[in-house]
Amino acid sequence: MSGIFNDSDKKFMDNLFGIHATALKLRASRAELLAANIANADTPNFKARDIDFKQALRLAANNSGDMVTTNARHITSAGTSKMGAEIMYRIPSQPSLDGNTVDLQTERSAFLENAMMYQASLRFLNGKISGLITAIRGEI
Amino acid sequence: MSLLNVFDIAGSAMSAQTIRMNVTASNMANLDAVSSSTGETYRARHPVFETVYADNMRDGSISSGVRVTGIVESQAPLRKEYQPQHPKADEDGYVFYPNVNSIEEMTNMISATRTFQNNVEIINASKQMLLRTLSIGQ
Repeated sequence: MSGIFNDSDKKFMDNLFGIHATALKLRASRAELLAANIANADTPNFKARDIDFKQALRLAANNSGDMVTTNARHITSAGTSKMGAEIMYRIPSQPSLDGNTVDLQTERSAFLENAMMYQASLRFLNGKISGLITAIRGEI
Repeated sequence: MSLLNVFDIAGSAMSAQTIRMNVTASNMANLDAVSSSTGETYRARHPVFETVYADNMRDGSISSGVRVTGIVESQAPLRKEYQPQHPKADEDGYVFYPNVNSIEEMTNMISATRTFQNNVEIINASKQMLLRTLSIGQ
């Protein structure tokens, strides 16, 4: 990459795709988290987890996520992942006797919402790319 | 690639639910398998689910699938019935029925089916997301 693009090119790319590239990554991570909740719907003592997407996106956009580790033995900041945001436990509305806090309806709707927003981000990216291609071709 | 992990996670849940269905089928099949002593009688079996956390948090992986750690036999008392004509009756005329609760098994079956279906839906949705991502810019 570094050989082909100079710094101003990279800045242009960043400006072009904006927040959507970061948002896509975060949405994919959240999909994984929600899929894990649904997979463990019948596991005793499993606690459903989720992230605050708004906070996660802000952290990711500012690049102020994880603590920096310089040695393989360093421990990363607790409870956080590559996403930068803190993974939090969901407060159950109807906890079950076996200690499981997964509410399938909540998780399903959250997953669906997440998938829709993922596709929305994809749309935005696609629009930008097709706009760029039109500009490069110079056709109307 | 997070979305590919979704396939592993939902797949692990599907295989765990399949084991649950298998065990339920075995319990239902043996519902009326009588025997003449408590030792030989079939006992209801149930799978134990456990969360598999990703062994490496450093990767930033947050995946947690599910696995079956074992099958436990129910400790509920066996049903004892007085049926002196039964070929399997013991010397006092009693036969022993398995401690399978058919209503419990049916609800287990429904729960397993629903969770399985949920995970299939998740896989389908993730597949859609991935395919759309692959066709970006086209």
